[in-house]
Amino acid sequence: MPEDTLMAAPAASSPVCREFTVSELRRTGSESGLASPGGAGPDHSHWLLDLELPEGFPGEDGWTPGQFVMLRPVSWAFEPLWARPFSICMLERGVLRIFFQVVGRGTRAMSALRRGDRVVVWGPLGRGFVVEPETPTLLLAGGIGLAPFIGYARRHPRPDQARLFFGHRPEIAEYPLDLLPKAVVVEASRQTCAEEMACFVGDLERWIAEYAARQGLILACGPHPFLQAVQSLAVKHRARTQLSLENRMACGVGACLGCVTKTTDQALPVKVCTQGPVFWAQDVNLGGAA
Amino acid sequence: MNLAVELAGLRLKNPVLTASGTFGYGVEFAPYGDLTELGGIVVKGLSWEPRAGNPMPRIAETPCGMLNAIGLQNIGARRFVEEKLPLLPWAEVPVIANLYACDVEDFARLAEYLAGQEGVAALEVNISCPNVQAGGVLFGQDPAQAARVTRAVKDRAGTKPVIVKLSPNVTDITAVAKAAGDGGADILALINTLSGMAVDVRTRKPRLANVIGGLSGPAIKPVGLRCVHQVSRAVNLPIIGLGGIASAEDLLEYILVGAWAVQIGTANFLRPDTAFRIAADLPQLLDELGVTSWEEFRGALA
Ligand SMILES: Cc1cc2nc3c(=O)[nH]c(=O)nc-3n(C[C@H](O)[C@H](O)[C@H](O)COP(=O)(O)OP(=O)(O)OC[C@H]3O[C@@H](n4cnc5c(N)ncnc54)[C@H](O)[C@@H]3O)c2cc1C
Ligand SMILES: Cc1cc2nc3c(=O)[nH]c(=O)nc-3n(C[C@H](O)[C@H](O)[C@H](O)COP(=O)(O)O)c2cc1C
Ligand code: FES
Repeated sequence: MPEDTLMAAPAASSPVCREFTVSELRRTGSESGLASPGGAGPDHSHWLLDLELPEGFPGEDGWTPGQFVMLRPVSWAFEPLWARPFSICMLERGVLRIFFQVVGRGTRAMSALRRGDRVVVWGPLGRGFVVEPETPTLLLAGGIGLAPFIGYARRHPRPDQARLFFGHRPEIAEYPLDLLPKAVVVEASRQTCAEEMACFVGDLERWIAEYAARQGLILACGPHPFLQAVQSLAVKHRARTQLSLENRMACGVGACLGCVTKTTDQALPVKVCTQGPVFWAQDVNLGGAA
Repeated sequence: MNLAVELAGLRLKNPVLTASGTFGYGVEFAPYGDLTELGGIVVKGLSWEPRAGNPMPRIAETPCGMLNAIGLQNIGARRFVEEKLPLLPWAEVPVIANLYACDVEDFARLAEYLAGQEGVAALEVNISCPNVQAGGVLFGQDPAQAARVTRAVKDRAGTKPVIVKLSPNVTDITAVAKAAGDGGADILALINTLSGMAVDVRTRKPRLANVIGGLSGPAIKPVGLRCVHQVSRAVNLPIIGLGGIASAEDLLEYILVGAWAVQIGTANFLRPDTAFRIAADLPQLLDELGVTSWEEFRGALA
């Protein structure tokens, strides 16, 4: 069976590797709030990183929303070893924008980048979300899973057809919702305890059932348990749903086989970096993925 | 200087090869450089039947290195030949098939099939599979077994050079190297990954589902250099050195201790144009160092 059978949306152009220059890095939301003092453990702060597009890197028309890049500051030398994958949040007017959250040492080091620093980037990688201009489209984002949907909504020919249902734990000010086109209706819901979580899952089911009934399209990106919940609801309500997976990656180009996930019908696991990260919900088996 | 090297009939335009399992089937890297600028391409380990590999997580980061327990996931030799080989510029750059089996007969069958393909320039034998018949010891840890496997592959490889890839997880790597030589190996490649593990104190779990995996990357370069140094003095066969090479300078360190060529492994993950950049950087570095031929520089440790 050819490797392409699980294809979500095809890649828009072939990837390249280039050195980028940091043009801006800014923290979103309040400076106080969630940052843990003393640098002990992740601070969960959120950042917008702007990189100047170098010559030869695909521009505005050369990518599909949902695609990602591998990013590695030159200063890392061998530590950390791997580059880190990030969704393309925006790629407009000569700027590649990443929206990231500090979760570990790589992203913490990224939050200390300065204007002028050099960063190695390769991409655009993987297969993005489908775009169906006339179909009512529900965007389900969990936390940092918002990142690809900013690009998706901005590129959508009919943003009024898109609606974002957004679940988050940090306060809403951490998220750059102002980057979304005005025509996109946003409903956000914060979860800080188990009851709010249960309530969120209830809302999720209501939304999914509604879009399934309307023959709509559902796209989801977020933490693994969130994607598992969306997947089981999508199957239950027979909703046309795509999921963007966030497996740990080393190469991003389909060489190391470290990012794989099981599928429901193929014998060999599939590579999330090249055959995904976006898959149709019924095709992947999220039980076995880390 | 002329960068070309010839190892047991295997002609390379420069000594930069890619290491098996770190360069996919070659095609994955075509967007990042001109494959024909490389000395050679060693593809992902092939078994007779497709293999699904180990459960996730199967990779973990370690200081200046990584652990992997991919479990040799691959599409199988037949599909490689049908779907991938035709996409590679094998007429211009040698494509080397890395093979993997768990018994001698399977090794022989696989060798015959792959050596019979026009686009395959040489075979590289990965002897790191536990040999079930001999009680679970790796083929590569037992000199007698290593010789048997090498002989079986060599007998079916026709005129194609046979490279035997050695494991560093042994007390005396020269003993296995000699055994492979006795078995008819044309070329030796070393090293494969070092056995290792990583643990998460928060979850109290090993970081790999398989618990133990293979360590690779810059962290293992000293071990690779030591192994090449020892083997090059013990065995009279051309050696391909690998382990932690990430720059043209690393490459030359390996040549200095006796390697004829090298393979770039984990460094391909640091950025996908690494192997191409190393090949491109080489002439200038050699110039700077005043090196005029490989013969003069190889093994010329002061
Ligand atoms: C296709 C893709 C797109 C992504 N897009 C974005 C994005 O737009 N913005 C963003 O902030 N993050 C994104 N991520 C996740 C991001 O890659 C990880 O947060 C990052 O690699 C963590 O690096 P670190 O060194 O800070 O963490 P590490 O120190 O390596 O690990 C710290 C913690 O983070 C977890 N973690 C590590 N890697 C991942 C991962 N790939 N996914 C989820 N958790 C992980 C670990 O399990 C661990 O608990 C994306 C991941 C993928 C695969
Ligand atoms: C993800 C991964 C997969 C590998 N798969 C194979 C393989 O299929 N066959 C093989 O002989 N070696 C395999 N290796 C070992 C490498 O070819 C190489 O010997 C080792 O990584 C040391 O070199 P390096 O430090 O440059 O990576 C693999 C290594 C890695 C990191
Ligand atoms: S990250 Fe290496 S194969 Fe997907």
